[in-house]
Amino acid sequence: MRKKIKKIYLDYSASTPIDKKVLSAMLPYFNNKFGNASSVHGFGQEALKAVDESRQKIAQFFNCSFQEIIFTSGATEANNLAIFGLIKALKRKNSKSKLHVITSSIEHQAVLEPFNALKEQGVEVTILPVKSNGVVDIEEFKRAVKDNTVFVSLMYVNNEVGSVQPICEIGKLIQKINEIRFKKWQKIEKEIRGDKPLMIYFHTDATQAINFFNCDVKHLHVDLLSFSGHKIYGPKGVGALFVKTGVLLDAIQLGGHHENNKRSGTLNVPGIVGLAKAIELFDKKIIEKSNKKIAKLRQLLVEKIIKIIPNTILNTDINQSAPNFAHFSFLRVEGEAILILLDLAGIAVSTGSACASNNLKASSVLLAMGIKEEIAHSSIRFTLGKQTTEAEIKQVIAILPPIIEKLQNMAPQ
Amino acid sequence: MYSKKVINHFKNPHNQGIIKNPDAVGQVGNPVCGDVMRVYLRIKDDIIKNIKFETLGCAAAIAVSSVLTDLVKNKTLTEALKVNNNEIIKELGGLPAQKVHCSALGVEAFKDAINNYQKNKNAQKN
Repeated sequence: MRKKIKKIYLDYSASTPIDKKVLSAMLPYFNNKFGNASSVHGFGQEALKAVDESRQKIAQFFNCSFQEIIFTSGATEANNLAIFGLIKALKRKNSKSKLHVITSSIEHQAVLEPFNALKEQGVEVTILPVKSNGVVDIEEFKRAVKDNTVFVSLMYVNNEVGSVQPICEIGKLIQKINEIRFKKWQKIEKEIRGDKPLMIYFHTDATQAINFFNCDVKHLHVDLLSFSGHKIYGPKGVGALFVKTGVLLDAIQLGGHHENNKRSGTLNVPGIVGLAKAIELFDKKIIEKSNKKIAKLRQLLVEKIIKIIPNTILNTDINQSAPNFAHFSFLRVEGEAILILLDLAGIAVSTGSACASNNLKASSVLLAMGIKEEIAHSSIRFTLGKQTTEAEIKQVIAILPPIIEKLQNMAPQ
Repeated sequence: MYSKKVINHFKNPHNQGIIKNPDAVGQVGNPVCGDVMRVYLRIKDDIIKNIKFETLGCAAAIAVSSVLTDLVKNKTLTEALKVNNNEIIKELGGLPAQKVHCSALGVEAFKDAINNYQKNKNAQKN
């Protein structure tokens, strides 16, 4: 009988396996403790207690207060709520001013698409370019800010190449700009200065960052932060949005006035419990150790692949990225073909090639980094996780080179 | 996503390679759009005696190339030119919706080769 191949998963930034401890924390809330957290009776109160405790744990991790966490169905919804909810509220309060918002060209579609929609609604939109390593240039950001800028959304870690954005620096800059705006306004005579000036609100999509970087919202100087459960060894279908007290936010989804009337919909109690458990497992020491291991394995993968496979381009900037990303381009091969051959060999990865996308376009992130289309088509993303082993990486190093060679040999010269 | 037939053709493509001093060569696509296919023909008495392909592209593009060569080999030029996208897709046991356009690649590259062959032949006559 043919030996079944042991599968190797290297697509942790797409999704992570749920931690056993997370799963067992969730299970009672599917049946024994199934109550609706909005119900007044004992079943409901039992569920509400679990939600409250979860909210507390999450707030502690982000160094924010209990009521600043809004549970959502994931990071996409959290991003939509942050963007549309804030702009809706700002428009309501400032119906006369034309609002200006800023984001970057390497954001996830869950941010870029809402920004496109804002543009259609008449909001002025600036999309910042990035440097060739996939990092937003602070100087470009400074130049983009205008007097009517009210909102900035930048991801913490890019989901394709893993580049880390200067969230803390930009957060501090925004704080300074807001202070200057306020001082200017204060200097104007009380009779004529009108309402307080427009402030800039800063949102970050931290979905890919939670596993590795400091997500203390006070350290980051952010007003809003999104994340989801399934990227952090928690469940799918649950996430949250941190919204700083005082930040205006109108509901996008209307209904039963849940989550302080910011997000209606019956609370996903098992998901919320799982999300909190996943967050709770982020013990600093364990994380540091695990991240060191991941960084070491990535180093091994990158060094060997570049050495063995000629003309390999590394699209991830090792010095400014999350330690689990290794994004390559292999010239004269198409990424989807590599992906399928790797998959047949039991190795799961992803690609930025048009041939693997639903819209048949090369990854907009790679193009924004100035990578040519033909090179974007040849790209493969490996993302490592806490279960990745040295043996798995060695297996990849053995299997990948002949695959690339086989495909290169099939291509016209 | 892919049928077994697509995977088999992709893993072990038929007629992959080049023909030295071919009677005709055809090529379509470009690296910017992601797919390039080149076909080499050996033609005798208006019959496709041999065909080889080189393809830069996704699994579907390579499988399409492989099936195309099977379908036209040993056919007369007139018969071979009747091979169409649908026949290729059928032979592959179907293609995912977003990959259907790949099936055109094979036919177009082959037609380009035949075109070049006929142009060449006419040029020699004159």
